[in-house]
Amino acid sequence: MIMMTSDKLQQIIGPRAPAEELAARRMRYMWPTLCMVGAAILIIISIFMPYWSLILHAPQYPKGLTVYAYVNHMEGDVAEIDGLNHYIGMRPLNEAAKFEKAISIFSIIALALLVLAAVFIHSPWSTLLTLPAVFLPPVFLADLFYWLNNFGQNLDPHAALSNAVKPFTPTILGEGIIGQFKTVAYADVGLLMASTASILILVGLYLQRRAYKPLVEQMNQPNQKETSSEQESANDE
Amino acid sequence: MKKNILILVVLTLLIVASCSLAPQQPSAPAPASGGGEAAGGSLSGDAAAIAQERSLSPDDITAALKTYLPTGVHDDYVIFASGGHSGQMLVIGVPSMRLLKLIAVFTPEPWQGWGYGAGNEVLDQGNVNGREVRWADTHHPALSETEVDYDGQFVFINDKANARVAVVDLRDFETKQIVKNPVAIMDHGGTMVTPNTEYIIEGGQYAAPLGWEYAPLSDYNDSYRGHVTFWKFDRDKGRIDQDNSFSIELPPYWQDLCDSGKLVSEGWIFCNSFNAERATGGVEKGEPPFEAGASQGDTDYMHIFDLNKAVATFKAGKTMDINDFPVISLQTAIDEGILYLTPEPKSPHGVDVTPDGNFLVVSGKLDPHVTVYSFDKIMSTIKAGQWDTDDYGVPVLALDDVKEASVEVGLGPLHSQFDNQGYAYTSLFLDSAVARWTLGGDFADKHPEEPWQLVSKISVHYNIGHLLTAEGDTVSPDGKYMVAMNKWAIDRFANVGPLLPQNFQLIDIDNTGENMQLLYDMPIGIGEPHYAQMIKYDKLSPWEVYPEIGWDPQEQAVSPNVVQQGEEKVVRNGNEVEVFMTAVRSHFSPEHVEIKEGDHVTWHITNVERAYDATHGFSIPAYNINLSLEPGEHITFEFDADQPGVFSYYCTEFCSALHLEMTGYLVIEPDGSSAMLDQ
Repeated sequence: MIMMTSDKLQQIIGPRAPAEELAARRMRYMWPTLCMVGAAILIIISIFMPYWSLILHAPQYPKGLTVYAYVNHMEGDVAEIDGLNHYIGMRPLNEAAKFEKAISIFSIIALALLVLAAVFIHSPWSTLLTLPAVFLPPVFLADLFYWLNNFGQNLDPHAALSNAVKPFTPTILGEGIIGQFKTVAYADVGLLMASTASILILVGLYLQRRAYKPLVEQMNQPNQKETSSEQESANDE
Repeated sequence: MKKNILILVVLTLLIVASCSLAPQQPSAPAPASGGGEAAGGSLSGDAAAIAQERSLSPDDITAALKTYLPTGVHDDYVIFASGGHSGQMLVIGVPSMRLLKLIAVFTPEPWQGWGYGAGNEVLDQGNVNGREVRWADTHHPALSETEVDYDGQFVFINDKANARVAVVDLRDFETKQIVKNPVAIMDHGGTMVTPNTEYIIEGGQYAAPLGWEYAPLSDYNDSYRGHVTFWKFDRDKGRIDQDNSFSIELPPYWQDLCDSGKLVSEGWIFCNSFNAERATGGVEKGEPPFEAGASQGDTDYMHIFDLNKAVATFKAGKTMDINDFPVISLQTAIDEGILYLTPEPKSPHGVDVTPDGNFLVVSGKLDPHVTVYSFDKIMSTIKAGQWDTDDYGVPVLALDDVKEASVEVGLGPLHSQFDNQGYAYTSLFLDSAVARWTLGGDFADKHPEEPWQLVSKISVHYNIGHLLTAEGDTVSPDGKYMVAMNKWAIDRFANVGPLLPQNFQLIDIDNTGENMQLLYDMPIGIGEPHYAQMIKYDKLSPWEVYPEIGWDPQEQAVSPNVVQQGEEKVVRNGNEVEVFMTAVRSHFSPEHVEIKEGDHVTWHITNVERAYDATHGFSIPAYNINLSLEPGEHITFEFDADQPGVFSYYCTEFCSALHLEMTGYLVIEPDGSSAMLDQ
């Protein structure tokens, strides 16, 4: 039983490259690591950057009104936008996504650690560890859309301008119009970093598989004795 | 197959990333300034047709082009001008000559709420012997200086009628302090500042017994005195430090205007005078009227003060107390070597120190010359001890010993300012003109003409008093613009009845020699401004909104009574009622304030807005209350609810689409006992 578990664990962790193989083709095994570590660093830094920004343009705001959404808080002209939103009966922005904001820092650090852990997993299981981080950008956007829609659709019917501005779904990326405001929403530095991290992870996974797949197959079929180089050249096609 | 899916995911993410690089401000309005094609060559067809239709000469067109500002473009310079009898200060843009603001100073002003619930304590500081004096004859604004250059932090102004000096903070363009001179009932020769605004100078004018005392006119020579007061300025507190201020007693010569020495002459103060004759008038008694009596002599006296010695004497306690204010007596000033005189022709109006501090320019208004004094010669004469004395024993330096030059400039010369090309400009009241003349000394290299000679004159309309050039009384005048502050307008504007506006005329002085061009006439219809100063706009850094919610402009700090949203309430303690209110677009909270007749009400109100220009007004009808609450501002005011009834308080600034709805009910229930009496 113990042996079996150990075998299973061995399978999940995957093979280690032999020393002579490592020495001969160092970069082949280094690139996946660099990609994963780079992705983890980007994800961590992105915590300190706005993920999404919204600029409101109206004649009486020549500089525009801007709100910057970070993973755990909002900055910019939030008070002014809330002040305007009360006319159409929208709830204050800070009431949105309270749960997500509360767990965001912890969760994102955990995602980054999982990506780092994947560096040491040389089997296809590493894909599973990194998937949460890969899907951070679309999940963020989906959650943002959920809240924008929720706030836009649930306006206080007793608000002063509720006759003029009907419930609506704000634009999540690109231009929209609310009352006299033209809105421009765009993914900001944080989300771009997280997206770049996703790409790095996928590239890293690909390179990791390319490097270790022959070793994994070797491990699974210990009786077959083929040179890894032949195997690799077959894989590359 | 797996590989293909992987590539697909990568591509998808790349697309998401590139979409999110969407332009950030696709609809941002184009900047209003510059950038366009340079206007050049001849006028286009349309412009030429307009010029022809409006009978505009080529000069008119260049004047228009030099002053026109497209919407959204800011002026290069800002003038702080005396508001004359209005008791206020004017802020004007140059070259557009647009009135940007009127700053409430000595006089209540409803738009700013000044005296209607805000600033009442400051106005009360200007009470004279307990009497409310709510007008002023503002004369000479002075911008604060650092190393003899405007620093854009404060501006001061005096009230000639009541010898008061006010401090305006240029972070919010609001008056912070008024001091009443304890020594003199009235003044004239203020305000000017020393090179780092250590002191604000307030010189006197019509002699009177010091300390607002009585003495018959027959005692004029013995009991009537002039004065000059040095107000210590505490820059950190933004207030005049009255405890470290003092006056100097002067002979009754009707001191007029002062200027501070700079650079080589730093530490010395100069004031002119115009009644060394000590005429006391009495035209109705057959005596010569003042206008004749005070003009008999060929010369009056320029006063020369050693400020460092004066400060040392004050700090050594060698002063007398007048109305609990330290005054260096005339005798002490003589004994300590603080005061010297020198003759100046004839009934002059002002003394101006050149930008390098080397020369003093005095214009005798009844003499067609400006007289230029050399600071070096003054110093060497004082050092040599060569002097006579006047009737009071004050040393009088001989004019020939200290004079550098005199330049015939025209009739009725009054005030002088300077530019960056080695020229001086002197206003000519009788000629209704401004004279440009050359300075000598180190300035001689800056202009092509010979030193100390008249270069040209330009007519102004009409009867010019003061004039100002861009930063023209600092160590580094900018030239470029001069403004003639004309007392009479006569035919310059459409007739609006017998009381005519004053006329500020903008003149281009950028070219050398005879080329000065009149650019623009600006009517001033609120009083008779005297002096003004022009500062480069980029030296000012006023707040856009108050730094934090709950800001008390008088303390320049958050008020302990700040009301945050959600903390609004009405608290009763006996018949003391405290209202804690917020203002935000578009409501006051609370909207009901229900109290009783006889209550004493303390009302705290905070504008919790942070948006640029989101000002709210707050007025209570019948109770003479109107406030201006700029974004973040907090005001506390009090009143006695002595009139029962229903009063709608409302916002007096059109703040938003629902501005009319920004109101509330103050309901004052009649006192039960008086209701009983009525029955």
